[in-house]
This record gives sequence, structure tokens and C-alpha cells, in this order.
Amino acid sequence: MNVNQHTPMASPYGQPQPGYGQPNYAPLDGGYPASYAPYNGPASAYQPGVPPQGKTLLPDQLLGPPTSAPPPVSAPQQYNQYSHSPADMQNGPPPMTQAPPRPAGSQPYGLGGGQPSYPQHYAPPPTMQQVTNQMGGMQLTSGPPTPAGLGYAPPHSSQPPISTSYQSAPQPSFTQAPPPASSAPTQPPPPNAPAASQQYYRGPPPPPHSIPPPSCAPAPPVSQSQQPFSTPQPHFSSAPPPVSQPGFPSGPPPPAQGSFPPQPTPSSSQPGSVPPPGPPPTSVTSGQYPTPIQHQQQPPDSQPSPYHSGPPPPRFQMPPTVNHLPPGPQSPPGPQGPLQQPPSPQTGYPPQQNGAFGQTRSPQAGYPGPYPVQPNYGAPAPAPAPAAPAQKRLDPDAIPSPQAPDMPAVQKSRHRIDPDAIPSPIQVIEDDKAKTNEPFVTGVRGQAPPLVTTSFHVRDQGNASPRFVRCTAYNMPCTADMAKQSQVPLAAVIKPLATLPPDENPPYMVDHGEGGPIRCNRCKAYMCPYMQFIEGGRRFQCSFCNCVTDVPPHYFQHLDHTGKRVDCYDRPELSLGSYEFLATVDYCKNNKLPQPPAFIFLIDVSYNAVKSGMVSIVCHELKSLLDHLPRENPEVDSVVRVGFVTYNKVLHFYNVKASLAQPQMLVVSDVSDMFVPLLDGFLVNVNESRQVIESLLDQIPEMFADTRETETVFGPVIQAGLEALKAADCAGKLFVFHTSLPIAEAPGKLKNREDKKLIGTDKEKSLFQPQVGFYNNLAKECVAQGCCVDLFLFPNQYVDVATLGVVPVSTGGSVYKYTYFQAQTDQERFLNDLRRDLQKHVGFDAVMRVRTSTGIRATDFFGSFYMSNTTDVELAGLDCDKAITVEFKHDDKLSEETGALMQCAVLYTSCSGQRRLRIHNMAVNCCSQLADLYRNCETDTIINYFSKYAFRGVLSNPTKAVRDTLVNQCAQILACYRKNCASPSSAGQLILPECMKLLPVYLNCVLKSDVLLPGADVSLDDRAYLKQLISCMDVADTHVFFYPRLLPVMKLESGSLPVAVRNSEERLSKGGVYLMETGLHLFLWVGASVQQELLLNLFGTPSFSQIDSSMINLPVLDNPFSQRLREIIDSFRAQRSRYMKLVVVKQEDRTELIFRHFLVEDKSASGGASYVDFLCHMHKEIRQLLS
Amino acid sequence: MSTYQEFIQQNEDRDGVRFSWNLWPSSRLEATRLVVPVSCLFTPLKERPNLPPVQYEPVLCSRATCKAVLNPLCQVDFRAKIWACNFCFQRNPFPPSYAGISEVNQPAELMPQFSTIEYIVQRGPPTPLIFMYVVDTCLEEEDLQALKESLQMSLSLLPPNALVGLITFGRMVQLHELSSEGIAKSYVFRGNKDLSSKHVQELLGLTKPAAAAQQGRPAAPQEAAAFCKFLQPVHRVDMNLTDLLGELQRDPWPVPQGKRPLRSTGVALSVAVSLLEGTFPNTGARLMLFVGGPPTHGPGMVVGDELKTPIRSWHDIQKDNARHLKKATKFYEGLANRSAGNGHCIDIYACALDQTGLLEMKCLSNLTGGHIVMGDSFNTSLFKQTFQRVFSKDYNNDFRMAFGGVLEVKVQEPLSPWIRPGKPKCNPRSVHSPQCVLCWQEMGVGGTNQWKLCGLGPSTTLGMYFEVVNQHNAPVPQGGRGAIQFVTQYQHSNTHRRIRVTTIARNWADANSQIQHIESSFDQEAAAVLMARLGVFRAESEEGPDVLRWLDRQLIRLFMFHLRRSPFLQVFNNSPDESSYYRHHFVRQDLTQSLIMIQPILYSYSFHGPPEPVLLDSSSILPDRILLMDTFFQLVIFHGETIAQWRKAGYQEMAEYENFKQLLQAPLDDAQEILQTRFPMPRYVDTEHGGSQARFLLSKVNPSQTHNNLYAWGQESGAPILTDDVSLQVFMDHLKKLAVSSST
Repeated sequence: MNVNQHTPMASPYGQPQPGYGQPNYAPLDGGYPASYAPYNGPASAYQPGVPPQGKTLLPDQLLGPPTSAPPPVSAPQQYNQYSHSPADMQNGPPPMTQAPPRPAGSQPYGLGGGQPSYPQHYAPPPTMQQVTNQMGGMQLTSGPPTPAGLGYAPPHSSQPPISTSYQSAPQPSFTQAPPPASSAPTQPPPPNAPAASQQYYRGPPPPPHSIPPPSCAPAPPVSQSQQPFSTPQPHFSSAPPPVSQPGFPSGPPPPAQGSFPPQPTPSSSQPGSVPPPGPPPTSVTSGQYPTPIQHQQQPPDSQPSPYHSGPPPPRFQMPPTVNHLPPGPQSPPGPQGPLQQPPSPQTGYPPQQNGAFGQTRSPQAGYPGPYPVQPNYGAPAPAPAPAAPAQKRLDPDAIPSPQAPDMPAVQKSRHRIDPDAIPSPIQVIEDDKAKTNEPFVTGVRGQAPPLVTTSFHVRDQGNASPRFVRCTAYNMPCTADMAKQSQVPLAAVIKPLATLPPDENPPYMVDHGEGGPIRCNRCKAYMCPYMQFIEGGRRFQCSFCNCVTDVPPHYFQHLDHTGKRVDCYDRPELSLGSYEFLATVDYCKNNKLPQPPAFIFLIDVSYNAVKSGMVSIVCHELKSLLDHLPRENPEVDSVVRVGFVTYNKVLHFYNVKASLAQPQMLVVSDVSDMFVPLLDGFLVNVNESRQVIESLLDQIPEMFADTRETETVFGPVIQAGLEALKAADCAGKLFVFHTSLPIAEAPGKLKNREDKKLIGTDKEKSLFQPQVGFYNNLAKECVAQGCCVDLFLFPNQYVDVATLGVVPVSTGGSVYKYTYFQAQTDQERFLNDLRRDLQKHVGFDAVMRVRTSTGIRATDFFGSFYMSNTTDVELAGLDCDKAITVEFKHDDKLSEETGALMQCAVLYTSCSGQRRLRIHNMAVNCCSQLADLYRNCETDTIINYFSKYAFRGVLSNPTKAVRDTLVNQCAQILACYRKNCASPSSAGQLILPECMKLLPVYLNCVLKSDVLLPGADVSLDDRAYLKQLISCMDVADTHVFFYPRLLPVMKLESGSLPVAVRNSEERLSKGGVYLMETGLHLFLWVGASVQQELLLNLFGTPSFSQIDSSMINLPVLDNPFSQRLREIIDSFRAQRSRYMKLVVVKQEDRTELIFRHFLVEDKSASGGASYVDFLCHMHKEIRQLLS
Repeated sequence: MSTYQEFIQQNEDRDGVRFSWNLWPSSRLEATRLVVPVSCLFTPLKERPNLPPVQYEPVLCSRATCKAVLNPLCQVDFRAKIWACNFCFQRNPFPPSYAGISEVNQPAELMPQFSTIEYIVQRGPPTPLIFMYVVDTCLEEEDLQALKESLQMSLSLLPPNALVGLITFGRMVQLHELSSEGIAKSYVFRGNKDLSSKHVQELLGLTKPAAAAQQGRPAAPQEAAAFCKFLQPVHRVDMNLTDLLGELQRDPWPVPQGKRPLRSTGVALSVAVSLLEGTFPNTGARLMLFVGGPPTHGPGMVVGDELKTPIRSWHDIQKDNARHLKKATKFYEGLANRSAGNGHCIDIYACALDQTGLLEMKCLSNLTGGHIVMGDSFNTSLFKQTFQRVFSKDYNNDFRMAFGGVLEVKVQEPLSPWIRPGKPKCNPRSVHSPQCVLCWQEMGVGGTNQWKLCGLGPSTTLGMYFEVVNQHNAPVPQGGRGAIQFVTQYQHSNTHRRIRVTTIARNWADANSQIQHIESSFDQEAAAVLMARLGVFRAESEEGPDVLRWLDRQLIRLFMFHLRRSPFLQVFNNSPDESSYYRHHFVRQDLTQSLIMIQPILYSYSFHGPPEPVLLDSSSILPDRILLMDTFFQLVIFHGETIAQWRKAGYQEMAEYENFKQLLQAPLDDAQEILQTRFPMPRYVDTEHGGSQARFLLSKVNPSQTHNNLYAWGQESGAPILTDDVSLQVFMDHLKKLAVSSST
């Protein structure tokens, strides 16, 4: 059911979002009462959405009948904060007008915990989104489930009128449409944004900008309800609001659905799974809510009591949350006690499905309008029944048997938090997609770009494209105190050589002549759009350090009346955020123009390598790959030279000079003191020496076919490459293909130190540290020479990635690992990785420096690089996939006026041997109000920062401490928000900022990652591997890595992807087929009862049991479905820097265990908390901080 | 009785021995008074076409400390089948195989004409000859090409079953694996790291099989295979190696402006020595080093790679300004000793315009009996033909080279091989094997009666100095005969081991009563050469002027005038390398050649008669003569002024001046004859009056007319020499004065 729900929800959301948001707002604006009333169903959903700012976590809600009570309160409070009039809640935002907006925000809160939040989204969505957890309350209230339901209602009650209206509406919707709607509401947030457009919100929701706040507000509602799906903005512009409102009011429940239907269509994609839901989505949400609401909502008024009474027990189910509950108890202490006892029964919930149902409903209800929600919670018992059905409808196929669950749900009246009631990543993603339909223009300072999951076009108008630079906060606190208070990390993820889509221009090349790029005299910042020309253009003032510098005569240009240079738009460095300078000889090592780089291939030819087929594969592939060495001009041959080395215990260099008839092998057995035996003839131009090289590559596999040497060396191998580059006086890249732990006598010899007993102890960190210091020193030398190392590992056992990876990581290289490599199954992945790695755009011998305006300073750097001082990031190699996360700290005050500027300059040698400087400029706003900070954050980037920070932390701290630190910081961030930005509300409510409402779910994923919380089957190597992998990922990569993309692929349309579902087993339908992408893996999950036709289309076999789960590629079948799916798979692979091998997972099959590992919202086998549990935990933490 | 002259000649022809005194003084005191010590020049492998080797083994004296070989001088009791050793007087029974012996049926070794006899030892499996090429690749393209061709050519000259190995070096040292098919494989060592022998063998995987051998027999073939990678029979790898040499490229490391190429000669040799040491110790092997410049890298480096610092000169050495000299010398001596210990000889072929560090490296050849060849370029006939001549064959179609020789000298009591009072050049290896000193020696290395001759040829001649140990009051009885036996064991180039035994005897003479005899038994030529050798030896280890003074004190003879001016003693105008080179050859050539070296031969060609030897004097340089000078190292044809003008005018082309043409041709023919046989091939100079190359001649002749004694200027005869050196006349006058004054 959940699944279904989710899916539908999501889909609806996606589409509705815009609409929703707006509509919601509109309603809010218009007349909450009215709209709400009708909306209820939707409204409820909206409400959550509306409150975008504050999400309420349903879980608690469940419990928190009391909370429900609070919700109402909170709602108002929030409103208060945000907007004056509580009534407006949703509308509030839309009303943007002012008062309303706030109300809107508040409303959400008031409405219910999480659900409201959604609404909030809508209205004030962006920044303010807050999820109010009624959790605490809920849980507490858990005691009386039914009451809870009531309780939920009560929340609505909080806004009596509205709630009522909601209820009415919702109820119908519930019955009809599943909660999805609720989720949908969340999406609405965007609309909210528009609604929010009110000054506050505006920021966040891009759409708002375009649309006039007021209009938006109105429009939103409508659009949300339906239009949103199609095109949110239009709605906005139009006057959707009214419409929507009407719609809502009119047939809130059923009508809503009716109206929804249109929406459904959009959702239709999902429909497959949840056919009915489709239409319902919005309605559904509302519907779900409604049901509960209806049943209980009204009761809601009484809700509070209900919560206490009924809800509590079920909430207890939340057991995990139970803890939290305690806090909640406050309100319903009494109940809790009892409730808690009940918990055990609640445990029954565990089948979250059931619980979900119950909860979901409730939560959903909650969402709809926390208002309703609460009722739901409270109602669960009562409502459940109705809700359940609705859900069932939604997920007929859903694994969880709908009815059964329903019943149980009801019975349980569990307090389980409805997963649908808590912030859904899918919803957020879809919302963002929906609201992004214009190019992102970078000219405006402090503007947050669309999410990484959204595809958009960028227009560079003075700031670097988000493809190059993404910040955690686009509105930095002015003072260190504020920053410290909020605990929000200030960081930027910079991907200096990022590949741009074909329709965007790569950075322009600027040549300032012999004098080199024009720079500030003092801080040496490069000429950029922020420089102020003064004195008629004769001098310019550096905006970083305020120093005034003379303009060289050849660069002089007059200023126009605005003080801008006349040639401003003719010069990229004066008008764009990203561009490149041609560096002069002063910027080169030894004051000598660099030589073209060289690639050296070092191939392990020990027994294992030969036997696994690696050697012959590499050799064979290289023959064709060498034609594709990186070059800048496709018309010209690459100037990159190549060299070859094979090794086991000794090294074999090859002389492949063009003049030779046969290659010559030079054996260096003195590995203790490595050197390169030859120069001329070792590094050669491919075209000149093609014959010899091919002959060599043909012969290598033969030569070593009978080898019996099993020992290998590693340190000397890298030394050899390094020495070769040194001798040739050029930078370059080493491709090392290695199989085993280097145990042969040589520098850098390693021992097998894998000791599972250390895991979880304080000594665990030592396992992540390099075993010997040798490689650190080697790395240093490599960096000095510009020698980047890419390591391809083919281990059959422990190889100590933590140590072997030191050099690649320090030199800006990559590590690839193919455990138990088998030619047949892994060849494709390896070859694709190799091809890509070889061909990708790469710079060498790079130095990156981040300059900032006075007041902040780049203090910490994360990524694959080496630093010999505190400011210069040295990268022996820098490719287009490598990102560097830079953390900033205050060292003074910033001013709101000037904002904060940063300039990232990367000096590198291009693959053609040209020395260049790539400049990325970024300006962000500064704020003196915390609220502004929270409104302009980017959770994905924060997670990127957190993960890198944490993964580095395991080197020096026990993993447990690292996890605690993360949780703690996250709690502080949220608590600070709650304390300073959210409207006063019950402590039982979990209120999350709109921009960070996904922080808990994502953070949980980080905490559960193999690095921080390894399962029994995760090897030390795997962890080390992941650790280094993450360290250089950009935001998009970390996002999908931590929260994999799970697409239902039962129905595919060309041109668009199905809307993803959340990563939870509950969302999987037995009759469905799902494609999961993690950035490293690609799974195709096939449900046990998939229709024959689908199987035929997909695998060409009619029976589930005949599916060969060992296949690595889908059979090529001539039907649209198969074609489309393969197309999708290909497109996924194309998006990632590493090739993802497809694994077909049959339900109930052994491999499903692996697959489940990536269902990150569920409990993990290694003990990681489920999303819901974690949210509860987080809530508890926050409450502790607050109290 | 024949004259001493004939006796000497006969002895030399038969036994390859020439003594300074053919009667020996009977006591130490008398011997000392003779000034010239009792000494001999001995050519162990003197070619004896009429001496067929015998196919059995020698009969040895059974006394453990003697082990002398049965020889014609022994007393034999045919009836008792007993022979008495003439060195220790031990009575030994004949072995069973001599049962049939009788006065009429004597084995060869008892016949007087077989005072020198050669035995072929059948014991043990024949071990193949080993040739290891160590090739410098830091050469000019042209040079390298020439060298490659020479090397390829040499492959065809090697016996088919000989093992060959190849090491090339530049900045790095490459040991080529010859057995590999397909890709040419080589092991590389860095040129600046001194590796111990054990380490090298480990790196080459040579020690592993040995370890495995302990486990069982199967390892044996592997062991063979292991070194076979590097040393392969010529017939098997002929093609491979030819290709390999053909593809040999110049050292692939770029040489920056103002630098010398990095040449790791030291490590290359070290690797070669280590490889042979690990695989074929005590087997005949010839390690041939081809260098085109001085070692500039790693151990054994002679000069840095900065061109602005020139290679050391005598001046630097005298000023103790040669940074690398001692270290390098020590390094190479270490190598030489190791190599000698293993019985491997090292040749050096150095071709470069500048010095190549022969001074430091000379010990490699000196101690191991290898050749040194010095030339200007590998692309000259001097090198090409000399190198070819290394592989020349004798009348039996055997190579004129022998390996792993051990020379033992057995003497009767009163005589003992001379022990030099000074420090010996290398320590006796008696520590290792009490029986022999493992050093190649020409002279001056004493304290033993056994020497190792790792490489020797038919002309290799040793100088041996004996000391009479009898006290004056217990002289050897009158009329007694002293005997010396030389036992040379060596590996013949046909891989069999042979033993050549030479036993000679001389009479003891009482100085008081037989002074006349002693005087007449003096062999002036031999003594001159022997004393010169002694002088050269001292020159190598002592200050030049001291040696000259010592020589002056020791001897007053005509040739000494030239010896004093020769490059063997004079370093002026010679680089240290050249001095080393000249000295190296001087101490190993036979008497005739040595004499040529001391006093070059000058022939004069004219219309006045047949070619005649003329005085090595500036007065011999006449306008209408063609002179042919042979200094052993150089062969100079000098056309007098008039002749040169005629030649320039082209008279030789005209039929009516056929005689002129013949005159021009005559010295050329004679020179050609010398060139054919001389090893190493001399530098051939064809010059004329006033030509720049005429200096070769002018520097040798006695400067009887110089710019100082102007009175002779414009005189009809001779040409003035621009030098401050004293002329023979002045020298003689001075000597006479000295002789008189000092004797009083």
C-alpha cells in the first residue's frame, strides 16, 4: 500500500506540485475556510504543503493526538511567526499579501505535524517548510488510537473552520484517493513558493518570482489541485487560485477527485501501480486525509483528547519513537504510560505496511492538513478503515495486502507514523522539477539553483553555473555567531572542470597577453565581474580585498554612465561567472611551458591477473582505446604520449619506439630503489609507434600466459611511473591495473591487516589509515610532479584499499574496484569505466585556490587532492568528475549589502599541454536573520558536505562518535530553526525548514552507509573504497548515492521518465518491476507476480522462474517496452561517471538482500534505522536541545 | 759449443724463456752486485707448431709441497721404475701406466727436446668458452653503427658452442636475455647504484634455483635454464643476437647541452662480473668492454657529467686534484680482483677522442690478462681490425687465446721468485687458497710462486725476477745446475684444459772465478726489457722523477736514452689514459716487441739502395728519403720534403717515373706487413715533411739538431727538432762524466 500510495502520491505531486502549491496558497489566500473546507482532503494535503515551512512529522502525529492538539496551536503559532493570521495558513503563503502568507505557514504547522508542513511548502514552502512533529504528542497520545484519529481531527480543529472544511473534503478524497494527495500537497510547496512569493517565501520558490505573488497565490490553489500537474506556473499566472479553490470547495472530497482526475492523468504514469490513485492524488491525499479527517477530523476538535486516549497506543508502535514519545507524553503523559505498554502491540505495526496504512492514513491525513492528519492519527483506528480502503485502492497490487493491513491498521490504530506523512524526497524532487521550466539565470546574487535532480538550462550572467559550484547556503549569515548558532555548514561544492551539456557554452578562453591575467595587486584575485572600475576606468577596486589596482594601459576602457566598462559584455571576465585565462610562462613550473602530458599504463601480470582475464582484456581494449586519448580539438591527433609497464614482483618496461620492429622489454628487478630504465622509446606518440604498440599489446597476454608468479609489488610501480614522468619532465596520468595485496619485498610492502574484530571499536579508525607512511610520501612526490594515479583494482581478497588508495586520492585520481573480477560478467563495466576514465576531460598539475571576500575564508577542503599549505589545493590531476568541497568560516563580519564573494581559480595544464586558469566566481547573499539562512539552503549540498566531513572523520574517530556528531549537528541545525524561526508550537511538533525537510532522511542515509555502519558482509576494502569515492563526488553523485533513484518501470512512456518512488520495500508492488540506480549499481527488481506480458516484453520469457538473474544486460527485444527500458538504462549509465552493471533481482531471490540494502528508508540489516525511526530520534534530539 | 747468442735464441724458440743472465751467481751477495737481477722473460704459451700435446696427464712429484712435474732433468731409475724429483729430491715411483718404461722406451717428457711439453687433461667435462659483450651505447650514431657491425661480425668468429652474453649500458645498464622469443627482453639496473654480487644474482633470479636445488634434483635443469637466459650458445642465438645488436639504439636518455652522456660503465662491469661469478665461476670467460667515453655515472665514475669540468690530466693527478681517481681506481680494482678470482678476463676497447678513464680501469685488464685497445673511434680500421684479430686463429684453427691459466714456478732451493721489498700490488689471496695467488701478474707481484692468468695469448710474456737466497759463505757448489720449472695450467680455446710444463736449467757460476763467463752470459736485450719493465712498474706506483733517477743509477745503456723519453716513463704530452695504455702493452709483449717500444725502429727508403735501418735521429730526416717508423703503437710513413713535392706533383702517375712509384709503394708494403700481424693494430700515419702528423716522428727521434744548436741549421743533413730535450750526444757526455765521477 505504501508503495502505491507513495507512487501515486509522488506522481501526483510532481505534477500537482506546482499547481498544488499555488492552489493551496490560493485557497489560503482566498478564504482558507472555504478552500480548506472543501479542500480538506486536498487541503489537508495542502496544508501540509502549505506549511511547507514547517513539516510535521506524522509519526509523532500519530502518537500525538495530543500533538494534534498542539498542531492546531502550532499552526496558529507558526502562522504567527510567519504570518499574522493563522487562518491563512496555506493561503497565508499564497496571500503573500503578507498576513496571509504567514498564516499559511503557520497553518501548516497548525494543521498537523508533517502534513501541515507540506502545505507550508506550498505557501511559504521553501524556506519555512517545517514539519511539525506531532510526533511527540502523537506518540504520547498514542494511547488512544482512535482518539488519535480524533486527535488528528482536532488538529484540524485547530483551525476549526478549515479543518472542518478540510475534513469534509479530505474525507472524500481519502476514501477515493489515497494519501498520495497528501504527498502531493507537499509538492505544492513550490506553489507555495509562489504563494510564498510573499516576500519570505518567494526566495525559495523560483516560480514565484516569475509570477506575481498575489496572482500566484490564487493560482496555486487551483493549479495545485489539478493544473499544477500540467503546468504549475501558468496556473499561477492565471488565477488558478480561485479556480482551485472553487474546485476544492465544490467537490472537495469526491469532486476534488473528479477534479483530480485530470491530475491523475499525470499521475497516470504511476497509475500503473496505483491506478485509482491517479486521479485521487490530490484528491487522494485529501481523500486519505479526508477519510480520517472525516471520521475523526471533526472530532479532531476533540482530537486532543482523542490523541491521548486512542492514538497514543498506536503511536507507541512507533516504539522506536517511543522514546520520543516520552517527550510527547507531556501533553498526553497519562496515555503514554499505557500507551507505551501497548507499544508491544504496536510492534505489531512493524509491518509498517499495516502500520503504514493506519499510520499512513493518519499521516496522510496529517499531511492533508496536519489538521486532518492529527485526526487521522487519532483516528487511525476509526479512520483507518476508510483510509485503508482508499489506500488499498491505491495499491491494489501493493505487496501489503491492503485490506488486511487496513484492518490491522485500524485495529492497531497504530501510531506508526505514516511514511507518507513524513517529508518525501520524491515529492521534493518532483516539485522542483515541476517548478523549473525556465533557464536558470545566474546573475542574481544568492539565488538557489534548482535541485541536482532537476534538469535545467543555465545561463551564465555573472556567477558560476551550479554545475560548477553549488553552495550549502545562498544566504550566508553575516556574523560568525549566527553561523555558529545555526550550525548550518557553509560550504561550496566545486567541480571546476565539470562537463556541461551540449547546449551550454564551455567557459570562454581569455588571453590577456604577455602580462598574464589581470589581477588584484594585493589578494591576487583575478579580474572578474565583481571588480569595480573607478576613476574613469583607470583603476579598479578589488571586491575581495578592496585594494585598488591600476588598470594596465592595454586593458584600459572607458566607463559608461553606470560605471561599467563599455566593453563589459565583450569580455567574458567582466560579464560571466566562469571563464578561462591563458596562463603565461610565469604560471608554469620552472618557468617553462609545460610538455604535453603522458599516460602510462601499468599492468599487473601476476597469476591472478592473467587468470581472471584482466590482462588480455586490458591489452585488447587498449589497442582501440589509444585512438581516443583526450584531445581538445577532435580534428587533431592527441598529443598525449603513452607508455607501458607490466609488473608482478619485478617491473617490465617496454620500449616501443617507432623505429623498432618489435617492442623490447626491459626488466627492472631492483624494486627497492626504483628507476626508469629508458626514456626515449618509453613514452611515445601513439600514431608513430602504432605498429610496435599493437604488437606489444598482442604479445603481453601470451608472454605471461604461463606465469606462476603470484606476488606483486605496488609502491615501486607508482614510483616507476612517477620517475618516467619526471624523466620526461611532464605531467601525466598512471593507469594502474592491480590485483593483489603487495606482499613482495619492496618499498610499500603491506601486510594483511583486515581484522573484523576491530570493527566498532576505537581502533577501527586505524583500519582506514594507511598501513605505512610510504605511500603518503610517494603521493607527495607524485603531486609535485603532476603525476595523477588512477587505480583499477581486481581483488580476490583483501588488498588494503585504504593504503593503496592513498596515492590515487592524493593525486586527484580515481580508484575503481572490481571484486572477484570475472571477464565474462565484469568486463563490460570495467571497459566502460576504463574508456571513460581514459577519454574524459582532464587537467594536470593543477593548483586550486579559493579566494573570498573579507569576512569569510575557505578553511577546509574535502576531496581527492593534496595540500602542502592551508590555502592551495594541489591536484596532480583533475578530471571532469572530480568535485572539491570547500568549507568556509567567518573571520569577520559580512555585510548584507555586498554579500559574500568567492572566486575559485584553478591553474592547470590542459591535455594539449596548454597552461590555463579556470575561474569560477560565485556571489551569495548575506543575512542577519536566521530565517533567511534557512530559506536559502540546499540540503543536497549540505549532505554532500556532511558525508565528506564524516567520512574523513572516521580516520581519527570511532565511527560511533562520527555518527553522533552528525546527528548532533543536524539536530542543532533543526533546533535552531525551531527555536528562532518557527512559530511557537507545541514541543511535540517537529518543525523542519522547508529547504531542509529532507535533511533527516538524507542524513539517515549517510549514517547508514557502509562506511559509517557496515553490515557483516561489507569488507574493509569496500568501506575504504566508498570512503575515497565519496570524497570527490559532486552533489548529484552523492544525492543518488545516498538516496538511490527507484523507478517503477511497469509502464514507460517515451520522452519522460516515470516518477520515482521512495526507497522502501513498502513501495514495491509484487506485480511491478523497478529500476534502481545508486550511481554505482543498477538493479532491476522484478516482483514475483509480474504479469506475463511484462515479462515477455522484458525478458522474452513468460515465466518468472525462468528469468536468468545472472544476466548482465537485458535481452534485446523488439518491442517498445524493452527498447524504452534499455534506453533508460543507457541514459542512466551515461549520466554517471562510472558504469553501472545491471543486476536483475528477482523478488525473494538471494540477491534481493543486496537490493534491499539500498532501500534506504527501511531498516537496514546492519542496524540502520528506518526513516521513520530516525525522524523520531531526530525529533527527540531536537526536543532535548530545545528544552 | 755454440755462442751464447745461439743458445739464447734456441732457448727462446724452444721454451719461450730469456734470462738476463744465463749463468747464475751462486750467492745473494754476488747476485746483488750484478745490479741486474737474475730474471727472465717467459712466454708461457709461445706458439710451438712442432710441439704436439700429449694426451695424458703429467706425473707429479708425490711430495705435497713440491708437486713438480716429471721432466727431462730428473734422474730416472728405469729398473726400479723410480724417478727423483730434481727440485725436492723426493724419489717417486712411476705410476702403473709407466710400467713399460725403459731406457729405450722413454716417455716424451723425459726427452731433452721436450723441455717444454704440453699435456691435455681429460678430467671433467669441457666447459664452453664464454664471451660477454659489455657495450656502451652513449656513442655517436656513426660509431655505434660501426661497433654494432663489428660485434655482429664477431659472432661469426666465435666457436659455435661458445656462450655469449650481452650487456649494454648508458645511463642504465641492460642485461639482455637472449633466449626470449618475440619481444626482446632485458634486465635493467640503474647506473648509479653499486650492487653486490649476491644482490645482482637475486635480482636476476639466479639464486632461486639454487635454493630449489636443495629440495631435489629436478631443480638442476632449471638452474641451467636460469643463466641460459643471459648466456646462450652462439649457434642458438646467432640470429636473435644479430637482430638485437642491429636494433641497439643509442642511449635513450637525452643529453642536455653542456653535459656528457651518463655512462654507467662501473655498474655495467659490476653486473657482468657478478653474473659470471654467479653462473660460471672458474671457467674461462672473456668479458669485453666497449666504451666510447669516460664513466660519468655511479660507482667507478671518472669524471662528472659537466662538460666544463675536464677529465683529469697528469697535472691534476700530481696536484692531487683528481676527485674521482682514487675512488674509481679502488672500485675497478675490486672488480678486477673479483673477476680474477673467478678466472674471467676483461678486455677494454676504448674508442674516443678524449680520455675514457683507462687510467682507472687499466687494472681490469692488467690483473685479468685482458686486452686494452685504444682508438679514436669504433669506425676506424684500427679498432675494427684489432678487434677482429682478437679472434684470430692459429695453425690448428684454434683461437689464439687461453683462459683461466695458473702459472706455477718451481725452483730449486737457492733461487726463489723475487719478493719485492715494497708493498705488493695486490695481496696474496693465500687466505683463500693457500696454494695460489690469484693474480695475474707480469712482475712485481710476489710472495708466491703461483699466479693466475685469466686470459693469455701466445705472445703474453711475463717478466720474472729471481733472488738468490744462498748466503755468501755457503755458495752453491761449482758446476752445479739450477733448474726452474714453469707449470702453466690453462683452458685451451677448444675448451679442454691443458698443462704446459717448461723446465729449464742454468749453471751456477762463482763470481770470482768465472766473472768472464758471467759477463758473456749477459743477455743485453732481455735485461733491457726486464729493467724497463721494472721501471714501468715503479713508474706506475711512484713519482716519475724518482723512477728516472733510479733507472739512471741502475743502468747506463743506449736504449735507456729512449726509454727515458718514452711514454712509458714520461707523462708529459700524454694523457693518463695513454700512459696506462702504453704501459699495459709494454709489460705484456714479448721481447722483440718490447724492444721496438723502447727504441722505435726507423727504416729509410731511397733511390740510393734498398731500405736500410737508420739511426733514430733527426739527422736521418732527409728530403729525399721516405722514412718508416715503427713504435709498436704507431706506424709512421714520412715523406721527405723533396719526395713530398714530387708526390704532390704527381710524378708517380707518369710512366717514366715508375721507379718513383715503386719507391712510394715500398714502405707501404712493409707497413702493411706489420699491420697484418701486430696486435693491437698500430695507428697508421702517412705524412710528409711539414705535415701535422709528422710530430709522431719528430717526437721520437734523437734531437741531435735543434733550434738551440743553430750551427747545424741549414746543414745538408737532417732536420732540426724544436725541443728543449737534450740530445743523445749531450746525454752521453753527461753520463760519461757521471760514470767517472760517481765511480770514484
